[in-house]
Amino acid sequence: MSILIDRNTRVMTQGITGKTGQFHTRMGREYANGGTCYVAGVNPKKAGESFESIPIFGSVAEARKQTGATVSVIYVPPPFAAAAIDEAVEAELDLVICITEGIPVRDMIRTKYRMQGKKTHLVGPNCPGVITPDEIKIGIMPGHIHKKGPIGVVSRSGTLTYEAVGQLMDLGLGQSSCVGIGGDPVNGLKHIDVLQLFNDDPQTEAVIMVGEIGGSDEEDAAQWVKANMKKPVVGFIAGVTAPPGKRMGHAGAIISGGKGTAQEKLAVMESCGIKVTRNPAEMGKLLKSALKA
Amino acid sequence: MKIHEYQGKELFRKFGMATPRGYPCFSVDEAVGAAEKLGGKVWVVKAQIHAGGRGKGGGVKVAKSLSDVKELSGKILGMQLVTHQTGPGGQKVRRLLIEEGADIRNELYIGMVVDRVTQRVTLMASSEGGMDIEEVAAKTPEKIHKVFIDPGKGLTERDASEVAGKIGIPETARPEAVKLLQGLYKCFDETDASLAEINPLILTGDGKVIALDSKLNFDDNALFRHPEVVAMRDLDEEDALETEASKHDLSYISLDGSIGCLVNGAGLAMATMDTIKLYGAEPANFLDVGGGATAEKVTAAFKIMLSNPKVKAILVNIFGGIMKCDTIAAGVVAAAREVQLAVPLVVRMKGTNEDLGKKILKDSGLPIISADNMGEAGQKAVAAVQGNQR
Repeated sequence: MSILIDRNTRVMTQGITGKTGQFHTRMGREYANGGTCYVAGVNPKKAGESFESIPIFGSVAEARKQTGATVSVIYVPPPFAAAAIDEAVEAELDLVICITEGIPVRDMIRTKYRMQGKKTHLVGPNCPGVITPDEIKIGIMPGHIHKKGPIGVVSRSGTLTYEAVGQLMDLGLGQSSCVGIGGDPVNGLKHIDVLQLFNDDPQTEAVIMVGEIGGSDEEDAAQWVKANMKKPVVGFIAGVTAPPGKRMGHAGAIISGGKGTAQEKLAVMESCGIKVTRNPAEMGKLLKSALKA
Repeated sequence: MKIHEYQGKELFRKFGMATPRGYPCFSVDEAVGAAEKLGGKVWVVKAQIHAGGRGKGGGVKVAKSLSDVKELSGKILGMQLVTHQTGPGGQKVRRLLIEEGADIRNELYIGMVVDRVTQRVTLMASSEGGMDIEEVAAKTPEKIHKVFIDPGKGLTERDASEVAGKIGIPETARPEAVKLLQGLYKCFDETDASLAEINPLILTGDGKVIALDSKLNFDDNALFRHPEVVAMRDLDEEDALETEASKHDLSYISLDGSIGCLVNGAGLAMATMDTIKLYGAEPANFLDVGGGATAEKVTAAFKIMLSNPKVKAILVNIFGGIMKCDTIAAGVVAAAREVQLAVPLVVRMKGTNEDLGKKILKDSGLPIISADNMGEAGQKAVAAVQGNQR
């Protein structure tokens, strides 16, 4: 088992004709069961053509109809990416994973508004994607650093997720699924949503939650963990040294109005029974200690 | 991106919002001329810098004669204005706003931001204007009223009127307040603002509602569709290194410590800074080289970091995924040679082609200190800085 995606997932690439879309579709197809998972591409101007034998369709709805794909991954440039999400939601896909970085917040506010009451889950934008090791990889993460196992990983950042995975692997711990939810203020699934999925997944035995300064997603997730989580959760928050009012790369990583500091988040997480570390080099070790307990 | 108060007010007026009459000025002569043009007996001389807290720092003064205007403008123009947001060095005042005086009965507060929880634009309003609003929020949160704006409907007349009532705007002035609040939402939405603040919004003696101040920040990711906003950019107000970095597509922020950091990914970059602090030193910067770092980009990053005189060591932390460690290693070696690196350099690399990368660093003959994990990298960088100081 795993969450969100597995070997039976059928995925289409929106933005398959761009350089990034092509590169990562190729990498995804080469990974584990990717050869059977990646079944379609979408580009309204190139319908009927193909990319390395993957057929290209004029719309998400058409790609779904012709191939049965119910998941899409988006590499469309930022000015058009929110519209690409809208199209996937309209086509009633199960899951949309938006990798694109730099989508205007106003576009995402409107897209989220239109998504109300719709069945589609969104991961991202501005995220590395989702991987279920040894089955399927959808996104830009390096597949080879992962291995199947019992640990769930959820994170707002890309390379820091790889860091967590690297530390787990050094200790021989594989992952059930790793989900990068992205660093934007207006996005799809939050920590709390992914923790719920891990809680219900029989393969997942423990979870690492990697957060960042800004917002209150980690605090909300911690409260939920306290009331509902049946498995150990450990956490780290990046940005103890970040000064207020300065945006640290990610649009969401900013301490504003004295809210969203790392210290505040760590304190709430600890009070909710989440083991935390202030040392990002110790995420793996902390998880291992939680497993034994 | 930020703009000046006078530019914000120009935008406000385009959206039908009431502001005092005023003119931006770049010299004392212009300031006196502006006051003459405005007429009246009272003027306000306002320093135009991007940082807040200008009044407390002595950058906003009331003038009661044209000779006052001349004297005050002379004092403020060119001063290093220090506020709680500028840092101890202050910011040089290069522009003034000369405005007609206002008859203030009440000072109120209006703000607009994107709320992450509801994922909507949120209007915040308070009767406690003119003060430090963060203090009001912390001590008396019940005095801050919020409206989460439905993106489908915009700010409705009903919601705007209700919130105006809550902050003490009398019935007779409500229509004006509604016009101003709806104008602000329209301005925020149509210009892709990320923050808007009017502190204070005033109620005048004759019952008018006027934006006495303006603060507007914009979503950098949306600037591509707002050339009119980009035209208002004032590079004098921005950190020169941050501006240089943005030309190379690097995300860089100056900080006060001694260890320069070069990292791929924003989260890992923050975590690297945290590691440095954990071992007893402070980072000199945040620097995310992004996903597609080339040798040129790494060299540019080194030059930017090293132009900060406080940098006593550099820590490179790379988790190679799609970006390969050998590519980065070649970039680091080339950069270190080109800038004739004179401070200790600690490199930690993990991921794709890690061994190849490490070999390139070793074979370069440069005195690079290598580390196997993040903790070790942090410790070694801190030790290098402390060794330097002894």
